[in-house]
Amino acid sequence: MALLEVRDLTVKFQRRGEQSFTAVDGVSFDVEPGQTVGLVGESGCGKSVTSLAIMRLLAKRGNSVTGSVSFEGTDLLKISDKDMRNRRGRDLGMVFQDPLSSLNPVIPIGLQITEVLERHRDMPRKKARIEAAELLDKVGIPDPTRRLTEYPHQLSGGMRQRALIAIALACKPRLLIADEPTTALDVTIQAQILALLKELVQDTGTALIMITHDLGVVAGLCDEVNVLYGGKIVERAERHALFAEPRHPYTHGLLASIPRLDAGRGEKLVPIKGSVSDNIPWEDGCAFAPRCPNVVDSCRGTAPDLVPDRGGLLRCYNPVLPVVAAGEGNR
Amino acid sequence: MNTLLNKKKEPIDKLAATAGGGRSLAGEAIRRMARSPVAIIGAVITALFVLLAIFAPLLAPKDPFDRALQDQVQLGRGIIPGAMPGYPLGVDDFGRDFLSRLIVGAQQTLLVGVVATLIGVSVGMIIGVLAGAFGGWVDTMLMRFVDVLLSVPSLLLAISVAALFAKPNQWTVIIAVSIVSVPIFARLLRGAMLAQRDADHVLAATSLGVKRRTVVLRHMLPNSLGPVIVQATLTLATSIIEAAALSFLGLGDPDPSRAEWGLMLGKAARQFLDIRPELAYYPAIAIIIVALGFTLLGESMREALDPKNRR
Repeated sequence: MALLEVRDLTVKFQRRGEQSFTAVDGVSFDVEPGQTVGLVGESGCGKSVTSLAIMRLLAKRGNSVTGSVSFEGTDLLKISDKDMRNRRGRDLGMVFQDPLSSLNPVIPIGLQITEVLERHRDMPRKKARIEAAELLDKVGIPDPTRRLTEYPHQLSGGMRQRALIAIALACKPRLLIADEPTTALDVTIQAQILALLKELVQDTGTALIMITHDLGVVAGLCDEVNVLYGGKIVERAERHALFAEPRHPYTHGLLASIPRLDAGRGEKLVPIKGSVSDNIPWEDGCAFAPRCPNVVDSCRGTAPDLVPDRGGLLRCYNPVLPVVAAGEGNR
Repeated sequence: MNTLLNKKKEPIDKLAATAGGGRSLAGEAIRRMARSPVAIIGAVITALFVLLAIFAPLLAPKDPFDRALQDQVQLGRGIIPGAMPGYPLGVDDFGRDFLSRLIVGAQQTLLVGVVATLIGVSVGMIIGVLAGAFGGWVDTMLMRFVDVLLSVPSLLLAISVAALFAKPNQWTVIIAVSIVSVPIFARLLRGAMLAQRDADHVLAATSLGVKRRTVVLRHMLPNSLGPVIVQATLTLATSIIEAAALSFLGLGDPDPSRAEWGLMLGKAARQFLDIRPELAYYPAIAIIIVALGFTLLGESMREALDPKNRR
């Protein structure tokens, strides 16, 4: 049994008097202990909503979440609010995108760490402070005892994200969800944070769900990658397979649109045509069809199913041929 | 090369040692205020007033209740003695030293202002926190009640509340004045709490399994307090003015021997304006200066706490 089994997770936003909007549409995936799984896609593809739904952090009003999220055999969507609160931070941790706004500006860093330790591990304040300093040390923050008394605005962006990771890992959760943890950071810090995450995940055996739009992050960190488009998984593959031979035209387009150092001078970047549409996709065929270079007639009929494809999964009638992809996608 | 580095390292370490420890946002705001002349003027006026009020019995040169010069007051012939040696501001209609009465009156004014504001802040905050944290029908009910209070002009509301009590005294004034400020604080805090509810750090705290009560009291409330503190300072000024207005209108404590600025102003303005207008001017000026002090302090606090003004 996998650590986390997400089955047919569907999230609909419903506003009174309006048609509901399906943000996440029947997403299923597994996370094994110690495994790093990537959820990749552009803005609005449903990757953040998926993570919030797993943590049950979506507002109750106006949302309907269906399907199941089974964590070690318990369906997180069915347990009581109180049980869920007890599990958050202890079994499942989360790291958010913007480290400054995710830390409480008016209380010192130390208190924000000890708070979790006191809550879940029943530590007395003094012991929790020592543990907090050790945690800060572990995530690579120098002079941790002094940092405990400092406020978030006194830390640099990279240090804030390190502190957030320390808080999320304080109670040694078995699953960590990182929602674009490097987007707000500059490139060198990004690399450091990713290296830190990788190291911590390997040391502690924590499973990691990495949510990102940055394929570079995926390449460096993830074991398995799920590509989302319009709320559905369109391709799942092992990391090397995905980069070597992307099968879905969307994945292929994403890889082709990345600037590369080894590209020839004057070679243009290839963008994906159009942009994500707001109307409900997948009802009149494939949601990617309007933007797809490989579109065929059947794409506009019924939406394709997610079918096994060379060790992974693929949702496409006319996938990119491996021979063509090999030239484009070898990074 | 290495020695040079070590030489440089020493003062840096020293600097780091002195700089150590956290600098809270409140600390930063106070540092910013210390650089603003308006804030300093406001703080000085306020501090002087508070000191004056606390040490009034020691500072007053004469007994404010002693009718020392009563025999020189001839109201029938329209004579109230003016300034003279020992009585720099003259005496009132009972022959009591006016300066001493003004000084002792500061105590009364501060007490009414502070207590009324404290009550207003406390009740308003409880309503605001409940409405902001729970939302839904709790929010709707509390806010409609607040809307009703807000729809009545503040002075009119204070007068109506004060008139409800059969026997007016100091406490009925305080209650009347504090009720006026309750809806303001409730609104203010509710708005700030609602904004905090969607803040990333509140979501982050929730994602750590922090209890709801802790999320509200430790993460949402302290981040919502900035505007409340500013408003409280400004409310001190309006409370003082409103309490004076109630006394002026005769809705305060009826005891005529009391030294209270509003009462002193009201009496002088009604009865002695043609004989000794100074008796009305002095308490009026005192009220204006104190209200100005609190307002300057509050306004500069608002500026210092505004994140857009960070320098």
